Amino acid sequence: MYGTGLAKGLRLTLRHFVESYIDDLRYGFRKYHHSTDNFGIRQGTQTKGVITVQYPDEKIAVPERFRFVPFLIVEDDDHPTRSGKDWCTSCGICAKVCPPQCIWIVRGNDPDTGRPVPEPEGFFIDIDICMNCGYCAEYCPFDAIKMDHDYELASYDRTSHHIHDKEKLSKPNSYWRSIAPTRAYDEMLVRGTWEHKDAAKEARRGSASSRASSPQPAAQQAASAAAAETAAVSAAVEAETVATAATAEGATPWSEDDAKREERRRKALERKAKRAARGG
Amino acid sequence: MDLNLQEVNATEFPVPVELENNIAITSLSQLYNWGRRNSMWPMLFGLACCAIEMIATASSRFDFSRFGFEVMRATPRQADLMIVSGTVTKKMVVPIVRLYNQMPEPKYVLAMGACASGGGPFKEGYNVVSGMDKYLPVDVYVPGCPPTPQALLYGMIALQRKIDGQSIANGDDVPWYGEGPAEPTPVPVLGPDIIDPRQMDMIRRQAESAASEMDLLGQRELPALTQLVAAKVETAQAAVAEAGPVDEDALSVVLPTGGTPWAEAEDIREKRRLRALARKALRATRRTAQTEGE
Amino acid sequence: MENLAAAEQSVERLSIDDSIEYLKANHSQAIKLDDRDGYEGVIVDSDMLVDIARVIRDELGFDYLSSATAVDYLGEGDHMEMVYHAYRSSGGGALVFKAQTDREAAEIPSLVSVWRGADFQEREAWDLYGIRFPGHPNLTRILMWEGFEGHPMRKDWREAYYEEEQKPFDSRWPGGHVHRAEEKNVFGKNVSYPPDIDLNRLMDTSEEAVYQSLGLGVDIERIMDKDGFETNELVVNMGPHHPSTHGVFRMLLTVDGETVTSLEPVMGYLHRNHEKIGERNTYLHNIPFTDRLDYISSMGNNHGYVLAVEQLMSLGRKYNPPTYRCEALRVMMVELSRIVNHLWAIGFWLNDIGAFFTPVLYFIQERERILDFFEAVAGSRMMCNYMRFGGLFGDLPERIKSVSNLTNDRVRDYNTMQFLTEMINERIPRTIDELEVLLTQNEILIERSMGVGILSAEDALNFSAAGPLLRGSGVAYDIRRADPYSIYPELDFDVAVEEEGDMYARYRVRVTELRESVRILKQILPRLESTQGESIWADGKPGAYAPRVPHGESYGRVENGKGELGYYIVSAGGRGGSSNPWRYHVRAPSFINLTPLGHMSKGHKVADIVGILGSIDIVLGETDR
Repeated sequence: MYGTGLAKGLRLTLRHFVESYIDDLRYGFRKYHHSTDNFGIRQGTQTKGVITVQYPDEKIAVPERFRFVPFLIVEDDDHPTRSGKDWCTSCGICAKVCPPQCIWIVRGNDPDTGRPVPEPEGFFIDIDICMNCGYCAEYCPFDAIKMDHDYELASYDRTSHHIHDKEKLSKPNSYWRSIAPTRAYDEMLVRGTWEHKDAAKEARRGSASSRASSPQPAAQQAASAAAAETAAVSAAVEAETVATAATAEGATPWSEDDAKREERRRKALERKAKRAARGG
Repeated sequence: MDLNLQEVNATEFPVPVELENNIAITSLSQLYNWGRRNSMWPMLFGLACCAIEMIATASSRFDFSRFGFEVMRATPRQADLMIVSGTVTKKMVVPIVRLYNQMPEPKYVLAMGACASGGGPFKEGYNVVSGMDKYLPVDVYVPGCPPTPQALLYGMIALQRKIDGQSIANGDDVPWYGEGPAEPTPVPVLGPDIIDPRQMDMIRRQAESAASEMDLLGQRELPALTQLVAAKVETAQAAVAEAGPVDEDALSVVLPTGGTPWAEAEDIREKRRLRALARKALRATRRTAQTEGE
Repeated sequence: MENLAAAEQSVERLSIDDSIEYLKANHSQAIKLDDRDGYEGVIVDSDMLVDIARVIRDELGFDYLSSATAVDYLGEGDHMEMVYHAYRSSGGGALVFKAQTDREAAEIPSLVSVWRGADFQEREAWDLYGIRFPGHPNLTRILMWEGFEGHPMRKDWREAYYEEEQKPFDSRWPGGHVHRAEEKNVFGKNVSYPPDIDLNRLMDTSEEAVYQSLGLGVDIERIMDKDGFETNELVVNMGPHHPSTHGVFRMLLTVDGETVTSLEPVMGYLHRNHEKIGERNTYLHNIPFTDRLDYISSMGNNHGYVLAVEQLMSLGRKYNPPTYRCEALRVMMVELSRIVNHLWAIGFWLNDIGAFFTPVLYFIQERERILDFFEAVAGSRMMCNYMRFGGLFGDLPERIKSVSNLTNDRVRDYNTMQFLTEMINERIPRTIDELEVLLTQNEILIERSMGVGILSAEDALNFSAAGPLLRGSGVAYDIRRADPYSIYPELDFDVAVEEEGDMYARYRVRVTELRESVRILKQILPRLESTQGESIWADGKPGAYAPRVPHGESYGRVENGKGELGYYIVSAGGRGGSSNPWRYHVRAPSFINLTPLGHMSKGHKVADIVGILGSIDIVLGETDR
């Protein structure tokens, strides 16, 4: 009969209308109450009816892999030896891999020797060009640049606000670990330490004597510590892991690689010296 | 939206404590801003990827109607806000400027996303305008590629805060109450490349010097920041000259400060309140002087 | 005699190599094998091009011209080249044929008389490369405006913000002192003018001048009266700012009363130089740029591009194909984005024909769930940037979990596989059911859409239509079946096809495809379970950030939501290959599907035009690139 299709459709819209109230009743308005579970229900696969997020009174927290404009990781303020130091070594890979080329890096130079030092003198990101692709974070060999989760960046004036310099970009390591605990943990496993690669290397060199005394790999220790803490990593554990990393750098899986690399480097230097001698 | 008495009450004039909840004093500006910021109708106008996020923001999950953005109007004649959502190309900037000119005042422009703010990832392209503010005055910039719906909502709230900070007594804030019709923004022309009529002289000069093979150096446009600051300093100085010696800090009022975007707006409002108080004090002294004179 | 007839018959089923042999045997004077390293197909003498094209279409049965594009070989032989990819609608690989011409005074005969689908593509080649096509009915600029200086895709043409030929730019590191490009540009607005610019000429903004260059298909002077427009025929301008043109698309209609007598699409309002930038980019740089082509289904765009580059890489020595888990994840993501795409397409098509916003809101609600999933897995709602050469950005996270960061942040925490299972088994099928209840039997919808915008099967093929537009016209051509890639051969699904060729048929095709996608996703789920723990990287570890791609050309194509999305990539340079593509061309379905729009709209009312456009389902990021 003409009109049945229409009527069916209208019934559906009516059902949608009623459903939002049924859902309210079912969860007894609990779903608007501010707690994790209820928000999960409302924004999950089971919800029906109205799903409005009452921004800014409640905001959808973004998932760990979320990417907005990048930021640079610096060591926490309470770090015993390297507080405030950049993780960035100004190797320039992020600048090379950036598709719209929005990263500018001034490589630092030692004022005395004039040789490059592993620390950027200037680091700029033009967020008017950045396409939030996340390549810089993905390909950074030092885990030093990460994608931020803070999307509330609107401003009235782009000329003064939209080129992020090093000061504005730098955020402590603990911040990264608080916004992406699982990823930070995974990265730690790959890196083998909570520390920066270089710092770990230095620590290893410094505590070569303690190597024999602690056969357990630091990665495992850190892993068990972090796993016990589940997601959120408290400052205490951080200090602890830092301590373990500093004191107990043992026969880690990468140390072999390092040894090889060291060997290669030594050989290369020898070759260079030979060449120089020959040339001279 | 309910009328929030607290909000309306917050005038620049101090109310005695005992009267605080009994009388409502408001300035015309406050009422005017309250009405204006809660009925901003955006234009139904999408350019590129960001437009999809803009539609998502308008849909039921984020729902910008909650802030009075209400409905999107397809015609510029009914719109208060132009959300430039996406890459502005040279071919498209012509209609955009025309649309902007067709919008009735008061009108605002929100640059959504990296492309509309400053060219975005496509900036280097030959057909891409490096930022909407090259042609139109932009009120709020929302970075991101694309900004998530929540980031856009944040930008829209930032715009409302900005409106809150405006005063109808200040001609810079509300140029549309000035005398005579407003000047339309000159519509760019599509020539061998896009031509901004405002740059005609410069292009002519450039062409002449190129023809005579002169060095092009030294004729570059001023960097945008310098220009902007210069303009702001100028207005500030004008304000100083107008208001007399009481507001020496006017210069720092308008220069951009750091922090959250509405810290600026708050700041401006606070300074304005102080200025008003100072004016009041000045008037009071004058009056006493007069009566004493009599 | 009988043998000859049999031979004639079987010619249509010859393999690609045999087809080339056949061409060589019969037209040896005009055909030359393309023996450049890594290249395929034949080079046709451009004087004979039209005849050979007819042979290819009529005798060999390659009735579908997928892509026609130009390449500028400056410094690599100093010639221009048109590259054509022709397919059989019955399936199989491409017959690639090329025509070469001189860079200065570039001229290649037009193939519009053979395949009308070449129309826009040749106009694009004229616009961007300056190749003239004698015989083309309306050879005007298509993406840039008439009067623009130069042909920007030529290798020696430089944009105003030109820095270097190829990325990465040296100015970024190690001495990366930040600047805004406009501060170094004289005019600050990304423009450059020829030194002999004549400013007075530009002030001509009269009606004739505005419409003359647009190829209206009508004689504007005939319509124009001295005192203004006559009333019997009228030019109506729709767009670029129009709520139902799906972005910044413009149509110029000539109407007689309410009836459309001709329609000329005008595009380029979102031409953001994807290909020019793509040729400056490294191979890796291009992946996030492809996200911004068809920004509704970025996963599909990624897929086509990585397929094309992997195809090239497989010419090299060290190449491992992607792992099974990687392929399964890719297919899953692509099918999810197909669902997003079709929901969006149907929703906005309904908007166009008057069901303002109610259905769209239901579909967007569903889309948000899928986007949540994308956001948790790939990091962004729309611009997923998920696929890499030989791998993916990352495996599925164990949990879809958010972490509170800003004030008032509310966190969610779901098991990923459970979320996926519920979505695929319950939510999406439910939404599709609702969609059908709401629309399929709806009398108003049926009356509005049946018999409107008809495109016959022959026309659809000839116009190079793709996707639901082609299948809605009764041609069962789906690349996932016709020229399979990834793990589609082992998946069980049907090609959606409808015979009528009208708006309603296209809607039906989309609904069926939604259901088929769910069917595929249901098959993917157990495959994900069984490959748990397998590496997503072909080499077991993430790929290099600057891969070198061997010398050659490749054309990778996928069935995207909107139709056949193809990437034509040329890697030039030395023997070792290159790190930046020499030519990077996107065969955009939205662009080519617009070719038959004028044909389909003829004789309909103005109100139906937006519906017809909506039923093609275009997205401007891809149309204009």
